[in-house]
This record gives sequence, structure tokens and C-alpha cells, in this order.
Amino acid sequence: MRRFLLRRLLGAVVTLLIASIVVYLCVYLSPGSPEQVLFGSRPPSPEVQAQVREYLGLDQSPVLRYLTWLGHVLSGDLGTSLITQQPVSSRIADPALVTLSLVAYAAVLIVLLGVGSGLLAALRPGPVDAGVTTLTSVATAVPAFVAAGVLISVFAVQLGWFPAYGQGDGVVGWWHGLTLPAVALAILASGLVSRVTRASARQELASEHVETARMRGISGGRLLRSHVLHNAAPSVVTVIGLQVAGLVAGAVVVEQAFGLNGLGGLLISSVQQKDFPVVQAIALVVVGAFVLLNLLADLVVMALDPRARVVAR
Amino acid sequence: MTVLPFTAARRLTRSRTRRTGLGVSGWAAVVVLVLVAAAAVLAPLIAPYDPNTGDLLHPYATPSADHWLGTDGTGRDVFSRLVYGARTSLLGPAAVVLAALLLGVPLALVSAWRGGRTRIVLGSVLDVMFAIPGLLLAILAVAMFGPGLGAAVIALAIAYLPYVARLATTAAEGERRLPYVQALSVQGHGALRVNVRHVLRNLSPVLVGQASVAFAYALIDLASLSFLGLAVQAPQADWGVLASDKDALLKGHPLGVASASVLIVVTVLSLFVLGSRVSGEDRR
Repeated sequence: MRRFLLRRLLGAVVTLLIASIVVYLCVYLSPGSPEQVLFGSRPPSPEVQAQVREYLGLDQSPVLRYLTWLGHVLSGDLGTSLITQQPVSSRIADPALVTLSLVAYAAVLIVLLGVGSGLLAALRPGPVDAGVTTLTSVATAVPAFVAAGVLISVFAVQLGWFPAYGQGDGVVGWWHGLTLPAVALAILASGLVSRVTRASARQELASEHVETARMRGISGGRLLRSHVLHNAAPSVVTVIGLQVAGLVAGAVVVEQAFGLNGLGGLLISSVQQKDFPVVQAIALVVVGAFVLLNLLADLVVMALDPRARVVAR
Repeated sequence: MTVLPFTAARRLTRSRTRRTGLGVSGWAAVVVLVLVAAAAVLAPLIAPYDPNTGDLLHPYATPSADHWLGTDGTGRDVFSRLVYGARTSLLGPAAVVLAALLLGVPLALVSAWRGGRTRIVLGSVLDVMFAIPGLLLAILAVAMFGPGLGAAVIALAIAYLPYVARLATTAAEGERRLPYVQALSVQGHGALRVNVRHVLRNLSPVLVGQASVAFAYALIDLASLSFLGLAVQAPQADWGVLASDKDALLKGHPLGVASASVLIVVTVLSLFVLGSRVSGEDRR
């Protein structure tokens, strides 16, 4: 168990390191340089340009710049934005909060809708099952931006229940503004989670150990909890982990559709401005969240399923 | 056990439908995909108007005999834009899937054939690639090459490689364990010949099924990027661009966005259905 954790954490660190090099190469190789964006259409005299380059550390070699940046990150300093001169950590703090609340909200919806509808379909064969399965099959084909369009059109424009842009003040306003985006983000993943839940619950319901439990007189909630759910859970948790991990990057579409100031929008503008430290920090957050959420899902699976613990050893 | 005969009978009918091929839903999916592909190829013959020239005097026209699906904010015919949009919307994903297959399948065959250290090294490389989301990579690619379909396609092909390679590796490993592969090797057939002529051929249903599903996801991702304004650029017709017309939505003219959205969903759904039918996997 400990060896497994160590190995996975090491893997996560290596992945983050390689991801940061890839991101660095992409930003470094892209045409134009940061100070050109700063100067805009009226470049100052060459002396001033050289001074600015020196001040920003752009006169050093790319390898040195990368290593300097890496050293700072390892000591907890994400650097300063080349464009606004703010510390990167304070520049990405608010957008990160928006994106993470959006993803967390969507994750709750995915668990409730996906697992709920999947269990409903598994336990009620016949018309209920057919209806739910049809709905969830369609849901797996609905991209977030399509869902966003439908939700904006119906709930923001026609009914006026929710705002079409941005999020309001206070907890209620925040919740209010994030509801439609979270639903849009959750639909496709909910469909997938529902299908997997239904399939694995069905498999358990048809299995011999559930049949035996039934013959022993166990029924209702207890049968469902300790015989069906417990055994169906690992594959469901794995899918939820993968899907939610993917949402951190996928949120950019929904953020743009609803005009939320999340990490996605900041990433796109920072890439355009070649604000290297900000791009790097966001990429690290996105990749790191992906790796950590998958690790978390694996740990939950291991807690639920002793066989997974044996394999991990 | 009154249940037994019933399940046995169901199993029989199921295997019978499998033998006859795609089934009703599979054929329905094929019909949809052929229609969409035909619209893309024959766009100039089908579309009644030029997709990019608008009649500024008639913005947001309601559906009529002249404009079947009405017009958009600058008076362009929505139906014609949808038909032309099929071109970029299908060509992009096709390129992504083709590139991912061309790179991923050989990797998978080598990894399954050699096993041992080769498999571990390739597996770790794929694991690392797996953790970098396609959208992030695509945004960075746009920074390098500028906005456009090309950059997005390259980035997504790289992002899809680990998925394709991983699935193909699992399938190829299963195939490699079968006695016929060993028999062929014993008979003195070379690794390349066994892999290409036998393993690959037997894997092709699985691969075609996977390609179909990957095509669907690539379509979603590329349309999302066009929606963000990073892939296909705004004046050009593309389903993702058409679906991004938030202006029309807020002004209460959802028809253009809705029809592009419906086309995307129906195409993606058909690809999913076709994928599961071809690979013989029962999507319970």
C-alpha cells in the first residue's frame, strides 16, 4: 500500500515535470515575444527594450529561464506575471476558485444524476429502464457547449430563472450563477456514469452471490447496500474519477459560454499575451488536478475492493 | 430455475442478430452518417445559397420556402451554412482519428509483441501523455501555430494517441495469447507478417469500432474548439461556430444554434451506436 502510494506520487511528480517542459516548449516556440505584447504597436527605443528584457529576465537562455522558474516553483513561488507584474498565485487565485467550484458543483451533479439514474435503470427493468437508458445514451452525445446553448435559451432567455452571464455576489448569487454552467458541464459525464452504474449493478444483481444472499433471506436496502452497491462501486468510482478529472480542462468551454472568469479564459488570454509564468501555473494546476483526482479515485477503489489492494502491491 | 430457459432464448436471439450484422439501430446510424457525409461532399449541389453571403435586409428571417431554416444575424441562409459546415466538422475529426490510428496501432502491436521492457517504457510514455488534456494541448498549439483547424487537429491527434494505443494494446495482447499466433510463429512466419496479415486483420473490428467512437469525441472536441474561436474561424461555416452564436440565442432566435446542436448530437450518437455494433461490444 505504501509502496503503491509512493510509486503513484513519484509518477505524478514526473508527469507534472514533463508536462511543464512540454508547456514551456510550446510557449517558447510560439512566434512573438512577451515584451512585444507589452509594448504594443509603439515600440520604445532599443535601449529601453533591452532594459525591459533584462528586467524580465528574457535576456537569459531558455534553459536557464526554465530552471530558474522550476526552482522557484519548488520553493512555493509561482513567479510574477510578465504582463501585470502581479504575483501569479494571486492572479490565478480567483479564477481557480471559480473553476474549482464549477467542477465541484458539476461533480456533485454527476454523482447524484449518474449513479441515481443508473441504479434506477438497473433496479426497474422494463419501461423505466428503457426510458432512462435512452435518455442517458443521448446525454453521452451532448457536448457541454450544446447543453449550454439549450440551457441559456430555455432557462435564461425564455424563463429568466438564471443569469446567462457571469456569477453574482454572495453565496446565493454564486450558486445561482454557477447552476446552469455546472449542469451543462455535468450532462455528458452523467450519461456515461449512469451507463456504467447500470451495467455493473446489473452484473451484480445477476451474480451468484446476490442470488445466494436472496436465498438467505436478505432483501431490500441491505441487499442493495452490502451486496450490490459495494461490489458495483469500484468501476463506477473509476469512471467518476476519470470524468471529473477531465472536467478541469473541459470547464473552459462552459466558462466561455457563460462568461465566467475561470482558469480557461485566463489561460487563453495568457497564451495570447505569452505570459509564460501564468500559462505554466495554469497548466500545472490542470494537469495536477487530473493526476490527483485519478489517484484519489484509485485510493477509493482500493478502500472498497481488497482485490485492488493485492494487485497494487 | 424458471429463469434459465428465458436467458438461454435471449442469448440465442442476441447471437442471431449479431450474426446478421448491424441491427436496426446500427443501420439507422449508417444511414445518418451516409447522409451527413453526402451533404459534406455534395455541399455546393445541395446548399441553395452561398454560405458566407448574407442578405443584410433580412436578418433572423423565420423558416420559409426560401430559407428552410431561416437566416442568421447577417441574413445568411442557415441551412446552407449547416450543409457547408459538415465539411470542416467531419474533415477535422477524420484527420485526428487517422493520425492517431496510424501512430497508435503500430505502437500497440510492437508493445504487445515485444512485451517486457518495451511494453513498460511505452506504457509509461502513454501514461504521461494521458495526463495532459487534449483541450490544454490544443490551446497551446494554437499559441504556436495561430488559430485554425490545422493546429487543433495536430494537438488532438497527439492527445488521442494514448487512448487509441492503450485500447489497441489491450486488444492485441489478448490476440497474442491465442494459439494461432504461436502456431504461425512456429511455422516460421516473421513477426511483421504475423502482425500485419493476421493479428491486425483480426483486430480490425475492434479498431474500426474504436475509431468510430474516437471520431465522435474528436468531433465534440473540435467543435468545442471552434466554439471557443480557436479552430475553425468565425465567418467560415462550421457546426461548432454555428452553435457558438450566443448573440442569436440572447435575442431569442435559437433556430440556427439549435439545428447545429441537433446535427452534432445526432452525428455523435450515430458514431457511438455504429462503434458498439461494429466492435461487437454489447452496450448494456
